[in-house]
Amino acid sequence: MVVLSRKPVHSVLYLIFCFFTIGGHYLLLNAQFLFAVHIIVYAGAIMVLFLFTLMFINMNKELEPHKTNLLKGAATVAAGCLLLVMVGVTKGAETLAANSTRTDVGTVANLGKALYGQYLLPFELISILLLAAMVGAVLLGKKSVE
Amino acid sequence: MNSILQYIPLNYYVALAAILFAIGVMGVLFRRNAIIIFMCIELMLNAVNMLLTAFSTFHGDESGQVMVFFIMAVAAAEVAVGLAILVMIYNNIRTVDIDELNKLKG
Repeated sequence: MVVLSRKPVHSVLYLIFCFFTIGGHYLLLNAQFLFAVHIIVYAGAIMVLFLFTLMFINMNKELEPHKTNLLKGAATVAAGCLLLVMVGVTKGAETLAANSTRTDVGTVANLGKALYGQYLLPFELISILLLAAMVGAVLLGKKSVE
Repeated sequence: MNSILQYIPLNYYVALAAILFAIGVMGVLFRRNAIIIFMCIELMLNAVNMLLTAFSTFHGDESGQVMVFFIMAVAAAEVAVGLAILVMIYNNIRTVDIDELNKLKG
């Protein structure tokens, strides 16, 4: 649906739906912290950015010309081949029984301990990366003065 | 509370992630609108995230979920910068059709 709908705004709405279902999977997997972060970051921030950009450049009117049928067929075949390869690779893997009885892996407390203990340095680097990305986005979005 | 992985085999999550990833790849190849290509990239990142979370829960190890957190942060940064670049491109040449972005072609 994200791929096939003609209007970009519809694509964004289908993508939001898709993100919420993925969030549901996080809840099913006992990853409450990731669920919260996923909803906030994806459904909150990224989708607002997409919608804002779409409204900003007002693309809903012009229906984009689609690619030719040959290219569409080639794209579908290529993606299908990729799917076949991935499924084929993972099909041979033997099914392991769930070898862990821990069910509290995804709680905020456990993830916080891992995040601020073992992964402290990557955490700080990520914050610097986000700051750099924010500065870059502001700089790019600003109208050039000269 | 029991883990869902006692009821759903891990293979199903692997297959679901593969399907989502393939849909994302197909979208990248299929569309010409650069914004939709960005959204398909997000779809692929989400497939990988979900697979990492499934494995992390499966092994009872929180490292995978920490990695998913980092991937989300990187994805947010990427989308912010990418959309800023797209708005700039639109301001300059009034289109986001990737087939028109061939100024670098020799």
